[in-house]
Amino acid sequence: MGEVAGLMGGLGVLVAAVALSERNWAGVARGLVVQRRRTLLPDLLLIRLGVVTLPVVAVLAALVLPVGERAVLDLGVGIVWFNAMEVGAWAAVWLAGWGANSVFPLVGGYRFVAQGLAYELPHMFALITVALGAGSLRFGEVVAAQRGLWFVVWMPVAFLVYVISALAMAFWGPMGEPGGAGIAGGVTAELSGPDRLVFLAGRYALLVVAAAAAVPLFLGGGAGPWLPAWAWTAVKTVAVLALFAGIGRRVPAVRMDRFMTFAWMVLIPLSLLQLLVVGIVVM
Amino acid sequence: MAFWILAVLAVASGIAVFVVDSMARATFALLASLIAVGATFLLIDLHYLGALIILMMIMEMLVMAVFMIMFMMNPAGLMPMSMLHNKTGAAVISAAVFALLVAGIFLTDWPDRKGAPPPDPTEALGMSIMGPKMLVMMVIGVAILATMISTVVLATRRGRYDA
Repeated sequence: MGEVAGLMGGLGVLVAAVALSERNWAGVARGLVVQRRRTLLPDLLLIRLGVVTLPVVAVLAALVLPVGERAVLDLGVGIVWFNAMEVGAWAAVWLAGWGANSVFPLVGGYRFVAQGLAYELPHMFALITVALGAGSLRFGEVVAAQRGLWFVVWMPVAFLVYVISALAMAFWGPMGEPGGAGIAGGVTAELSGPDRLVFLAGRYALLVVAAAAAVPLFLGGGAGPWLPAWAWTAVKTVAVLALFAGIGRRVPAVRMDRFMTFAWMVLIPLSLLQLLVVGIVVM
Repeated sequence: MAFWILAVLAVASGIAVFVVDSMARATFALLASLIAVGATFLLIDLHYLGALIILMMIMEMLVMAVFMIMFMMNPAGLMPMSMLHNKTGAAVISAAVFALLVAGIFLTDWPDRKGAPPPDPTEALGMSIMGPKMLVMMVIGVAILATMISTVVLATRRGRYDA
């Protein structure tokens, strides 16, 4: 049951992360007690569905990630499962944006789908490259394949693509325009009270899970001297999160249409080349 | 037990597609139905196919929602509207297809089971699809991808804000 306890602890950390991002704990307290604000004629069913789906898909994606030696759900097709769950964020964000019956959330929802169409193909190619290098879709075997050399060393392009797509997936930092200040908070503009708290926690959960997945995919999983495997997994996850946070602070916002061009003209060919190189090395 | 829950969910949300009066709700009712079908694949240990169905259907439905709302000229969106068109024709066609499928179930001479499930169904699936023709399949795969990308590139007209 250690893994389940770890998941619960992780969720606690997420609420703390929301508190920090909203600048104070009062923000969380407000989220818990404040009466919800409603727009005119919202589709409440779809809003609630979207708000709840976001943290749920983040947790479901996290199930297959090995914390140290073992994952909660050690699936043979773990990488495909991870990919499928994280795409659930598309549905969640679009639903939350649509249901409010308000302009800015709607624009934000559509921005996220556009961003998704841009990042998803390079993202999939990065995951396929890892699976090809390891010869397996199971996270445990991907980690085992990195005993000699971490994948980040000989698949740097795939790692770069993964970092960009992870930020886009959690619509955070330079990729945060679907919920950006430029459109008054976008998807989150009309969310208030517990809805807002759950949605933001779900978004941070997705960011943390995306960072945690980079560890078994590219950074050798729990491998490292002195410390036990679970501790190394945690240390590396925090390091990747710090990288994300640094990018979020330093890089300006990216416009969807420009990112779309960049993704299709640069990232897809680059990730295909990386796939080719890894394929030749493996052969 | 899990199978029956998923089956009821799939059929019920399939019916909901035609009952609800909102395009968004109809789309996501259909998505719920298809995810229930994908989860059924997980139940019979076809993990790869199950995860793939869920993955593809979520992306497909989102793209479909975008196009549907774009073409229905209802961009602001929450106006109730009927999801039913050509009721008589649709009823006749669906009744005929249903009758055909049910007849198929009862009239087919189902073979007895031979052998056991493979240890790794994902690998068996890959081998049975590609097998000895791996090279051909890979070339076709890359060709399809190249066609897709070049079609998109050719179809894109630059927007007014692009250089």
